[in-house]
Amino acid sequence: MADPIQAVPTPGSGAHAHGGESHIASDPHHVHVVPMKILVGVFALLLVLTVLTVAVTMVDFGRTANVWLALGIAVAKAAAVALYFMHLRWDSPFNGLILISALFFVALFIGVVVLDAKEYYINYQPPITQSPQ
Amino acid sequence: MSELVDKQRAAVAEMGDTFSPKRDHHVHPPHLAHHFDTPEQQFSSGKLGMWAFLATELLMFGGLFCAYGVYRHNHPEVFMYAHHYLSTFWGAVNTVILISSSFTMAWGVRCAQLGETRKLVILLALTLLGGFGFMIIKGIEYAEKYQHDVWIGAGNMYHKNYHGDHLPQEPPANQPDPTMDLSGQRAEGEPFASPAAEARGAVGGAGMAFEAGRPVPHDPNLPSPAAEGPQRLRRFGPEWIDPHAGTGDEARIRPTQVIPAGLAPDVVHQHEMELAYAQLPEFERDRISTFFSIYFVMTGLHGIHVLVGMGLIAWVLFRAWGGEFGPAYFAPVDLVGLYWHLVDLIWIFLFPLLYLIH
Repeated sequence: MADPIQAVPTPGSGAHAHGGESHIASDPHHVHVVPMKILVGVFALLLVLTVLTVAVTMVDFGRTANVWLALGIAVAKAAAVALYFMHLRWDSPFNGLILISALFFVALFIGVVVLDAKEYYINYQPPITQSPQ
Repeated sequence: MSELVDKQRAAVAEMGDTFSPKRDHHVHPPHLAHHFDTPEQQFSSGKLGMWAFLATELLMFGGLFCAYGVYRHNHPEVFMYAHHYLSTFWGAVNTVILISSSFTMAWGVRCAQLGETRKLVILLALTLLGGFGFMIIKGIEYAEKYQHDVWIGAGNMYHKNYHGDHLPQEPPANQPDPTMDLSGQRAEGEPFASPAAEARGAVGGAGMAFEAGRPVPHDPNLPSPAAEGPQRLRRFGPEWIDPHAGTGDEARIRPTQVIPAGLAPDVVHQHEMELAYAQLPEFERDRISTFFSIYFVMTGLHGIHVLVGMGLIAWVLFRAWGGEFGPAYFAPVDLVGLYWHLVDLIWIFLFPLLYLIH
């Protein structure tokens, strides 16, 4: 029985180690196991980024900058989860393509809607509140 | 390619009769469905399907993030104000819980691949525990919001159809004015507002009604608020405010002036919320309840996903208990793991967007 640990690529040996046709008919034990070091490292990184995202909220960088900073940290965390916990770094690139295309369409949707909302915002009038007199 | 064809031919030849009962139990390893050539093909097909499903999940949440984006873009002050009702502490704790359970899940997949069944069972149990922890904290948060009338729809005190059923103070029956009164004995019976009420009464007012009133369904046949005594306070948002405080700058400055020294932190917080509310443009006050709609729909849908994920983990845990998973077959653990990570992924965005607004 092949030792599955042997299937672990050394860091930098490339994400393509298991892609493509090459292993289609290979033995069933030919699986990629994420090294413990990477799992613990990603976990620690996520905790650090969580503390960081709470911390930057307490500093005033301006309203817009704070939003983008929070989103940037969230994207970094999401990328770490997707690449390592969800195994995309070593997966068939097609799975990553599905994720990216979903994100693309979400971004397209939000982008166009925000543009449209902006157009209407110019005409936006606060409703007249009536005095109870 | 010819290799595959050879394999298929060999399989067909071994099968003999197409309708033989042997068909489902032949040639392939125990977990290989007969419409797949190899376990790898089966595994990568399953994973591809899972990713396609996760893409649709992202699109579904994308619609909610879109609503969030438009609303926050148009009403940044409302978000600044309303997010103070969310506890950063509980949100952060829940983030750490979900990240930890994602970690134990990823570790569990590793154990399944290595055939370490005992560790896999323990890690899946820990992951499930994380799900319970998350939902319990979410329940605490929701219950708190329900008690404080920042609930869904008309159960939200900022909603225009709010009935005030759960208000701690109701206008006395013999008081004809429908605006919420806080005078005399009622003011003393109200732990938060009474020191402030006295202070406000002492400062006096410009005599103009402060048009903050949520919830104040006004009946034009009844006396106007200005006809009442100077100590009348009107219910607004989180606390009470003096209707005679005037408008404009005067109304904005006064709430800070009346915060008495030495109050408990939560009372001071109430006063800070009053000040923040007074600073909101009037037409924005009507939109505060929409923030809570967005909050409850987004976290609610996410919570449903957590529950579904917990069910799936329990199912995989049960199968792992029976020693079903190993290096040759671990797809269910892996795919349930993907789902659980997606739930984590969405929370990673929900936490800063809802709880950490600056």
